[in-house]
Amino acid sequence: MEEELSGGDMLIRALQDEGVEYLFGYPGGAALHIYDAIFKQQKVQHILVRHEQAATHMADGYARATGKPGVVLVTSGPGATNAVTGIATAYMDSIPIIVISGQVPTDLIGTDAFQEADMVGISRPVVKHSFLVRDCAEIPATVKKAFHIATTGRPGPVVIDVPKDVTDPSNTAPYLYPESVELRSYKPAVRGNGRQMRKAVDALLKCKRPMIYSGGGVVQGNAGEALTRIAKRLNFPVTNTLMGLGAFPGEDDQFVGMLGMHGTFEANMAMHHSDLIFAIGVRFDDRVTNSPAKFCPDATIIHIDVDPASISKIIQADIPIVGQVESVLSDMDVILEAALEKSADLPDKAKLQDWWQRIGEWRAAHGLNHDMPLTESDVILPQQVIQSLYRTTQGSAYVTSDVGQHQMFAAQYYKFPVGRRWINSGGLGTMGFGLPAAMGVQFAFPEATVACVTGEGSFMMNMQELSTCLQYGLPIKMVCLNNQALGMVKQWQDMQYGGRLSQSTYSDSLPDFKTLVEAFGHIGFRIDKPQDLDAAMTEAFSPKLKDKTVFVDVWVDPHEHVYPMAIKGGSMQDMYLNKITTTQQGDYM
Amino acid sequence: MRRIIAVLLENEAGALSRVVGLFAQRNYNIESLNVAPTEDPTLSRVTLTTVCDDKKIEQITKHLNRLIDVVKVLDLFDAEYVERELMLIKIRAEGAVRDEVKRSCDVFRGQIIDVTHNTYTVQVTGPSDKLDAFIRAVGKTTILEVVRSGVSGISRGDKVLSV
Repeated sequence: MEEELSGGDMLIRALQDEGVEYLFGYPGGAALHIYDAIFKQQKVQHILVRHEQAATHMADGYARATGKPGVVLVTSGPGATNAVTGIATAYMDSIPIIVISGQVPTDLIGTDAFQEADMVGISRPVVKHSFLVRDCAEIPATVKKAFHIATTGRPGPVVIDVPKDVTDPSNTAPYLYPESVELRSYKPAVRGNGRQMRKAVDALLKCKRPMIYSGGGVVQGNAGEALTRIAKRLNFPVTNTLMGLGAFPGEDDQFVGMLGMHGTFEANMAMHHSDLIFAIGVRFDDRVTNSPAKFCPDATIIHIDVDPASISKIIQADIPIVGQVESVLSDMDVILEAALEKSADLPDKAKLQDWWQRIGEWRAAHGLNHDMPLTESDVILPQQVIQSLYRTTQGSAYVTSDVGQHQMFAAQYYKFPVGRRWINSGGLGTMGFGLPAAMGVQFAFPEATVACVTGEGSFMMNMQELSTCLQYGLPIKMVCLNNQALGMVKQWQDMQYGGRLSQSTYSDSLPDFKTLVEAFGHIGFRIDKPQDLDAAMTEAFSPKLKDKTVFVDVWVDPHEHVYPMAIKGGSMQDMYLNKITTTQQGDYM
Repeated sequence: MRRIIAVLLENEAGALSRVVGLFAQRNYNIESLNVAPTEDPTLSRVTLTTVCDDKKIEQITKHLNRLIDVVKVLDLFDAEYVERELMLIKIRAEGAVRDEVKRSCDVFRGQIIDVTHNTYTVQVTGPSDKLDAFIRAVGKTTILEVVRSGVSGISRGDKVLSV
């Protein structure tokens, strides 16, 4: 039976009907009718943030951890513009979020009214789609479309801009939430093309130096199991992108680590020397490929992606397959299994063994290795902090990060057993993402261990959310690699600008983070001696502090850089291995 | 290389701005653009011309297809097609030049659609290069104003772009 509801009530009702648990938001004039509708119900819990950017990151963290869309509500003008950074962050990493923004009343649009901003226009380049609602009767269908578009195909953020008159309680319309939605212009591919998949399987069976290069599409497409099954069947080495970590188990012997600008030596070398790149849910980002002209010179490229526009955008694919990664991998596995029954000697086992041996040699020569005893030095190395976190949490934590050196160290040294555990802003590289994203994860999984690896620079970009943590009792554990500088900026200045540290240090003006977090009602530690590291980490994650928000301020070696590091303009095998050695100096072939 | 792309677009507020925005955002160039509703009032047809190589045209069509408001995209260069553009051109026409302009107009099968004692306004239709040629023929010094519709294009034969 249809009910008569106001626009505000319809919006919230539609969210209920979509099964939305949390609405991350901040009230303001143009959104007040909607906030009144929130007050009158209990099903959708509103989370009051301290800044709209954080609301979008929380919804984003929630979406990354659960696979369900995160939902945000902000007011017009500054509320909407503050949300844009978070929308762009979600867009670059293909994360489904719905952002509902209040707008000035329809008759004031275009008059430079108080708190007016053209949200549909401002957000246009960073949304998958957007709607401006003209009439309250459109609300149910618009919300349904928004969720459908955000969550299907290549996921992404959708904005719904709602003028205040549309939610006015004096306007009502019949409410009926549509069960399904049909858009004639939007029909994302699901299954891969059979001929292409058979061609791909054929190539997999004929190669000698294969690499599976998998990314965020495997995580977002819930295809980790399908990937692992096919990789195990073939015994091929697997590398994950920054966005794909966990899609293949980090501790598995077939895992060669992350690839790209700060990828492992063995992953980058193996990519460069491979004769077959099996690219799955990746987009050949410039932080992976280095110079596209020099990318993997000998390799045939199979590329699976749900978004046709990602295929052959940077690197021409020899065998493109458009479809949902999970569906394509499962179908290919069936084809592969049948093919292996006919010719069990493929792929060439001896050649594959040689390839594994070569990878092993690369790993032994320059693989990640910072597992040194803690007492050898009087400064803490940032890598050791991540190793300590990994040991303490036994690899089972959700780890969010901000952006910079700490992010790369976490990506290199924390081994994720499954996807959706590693949550970071890979595409846009948004500092200030880590804490609110961790909060979104903690809302989704109240009992889970959620760690935020951050740096003092990134943390200060959204630290106001410590107040929100107190309000909702979120027991996030923050681990701050405090190097008293904008570490990644400083690293580049050290390496490429003659050590001229332009605007990247502020050591004389840093707050005392322990006192700071205590002022917000939380627990703070400050560690600067290697021998105290494990004890502090253990205490931070102890049952005693299970319900507390904890900030561990770890003062680390400010001179440490992230290595390996790609040499600009080179191929994937061109890397700095440390401050004085590059792969171009020796014979690494 | 010059390419002509035809797009069927939902006839909705903001749809065209997404198409134009895409070109700006991805650093593609638009040489000409025209848009109007079709026989189905819920659909607009856009014809745009751009200059790019094969790799870029593939990206352009893929990204256009990715827009939710875009129903169909056709690269007219994929098959035989016809293109037309309309130009209105106001020309200073005094003394001996008056007859000369009229002769050029006849040669190009243009029509004089407005006349004053010292000007002609001429309508010329055809492929863009014919319009360019007319402009050259009448000479820069006599031209007062030019307005061109941008290219409209359609496939030859049975091939149709429809929902």
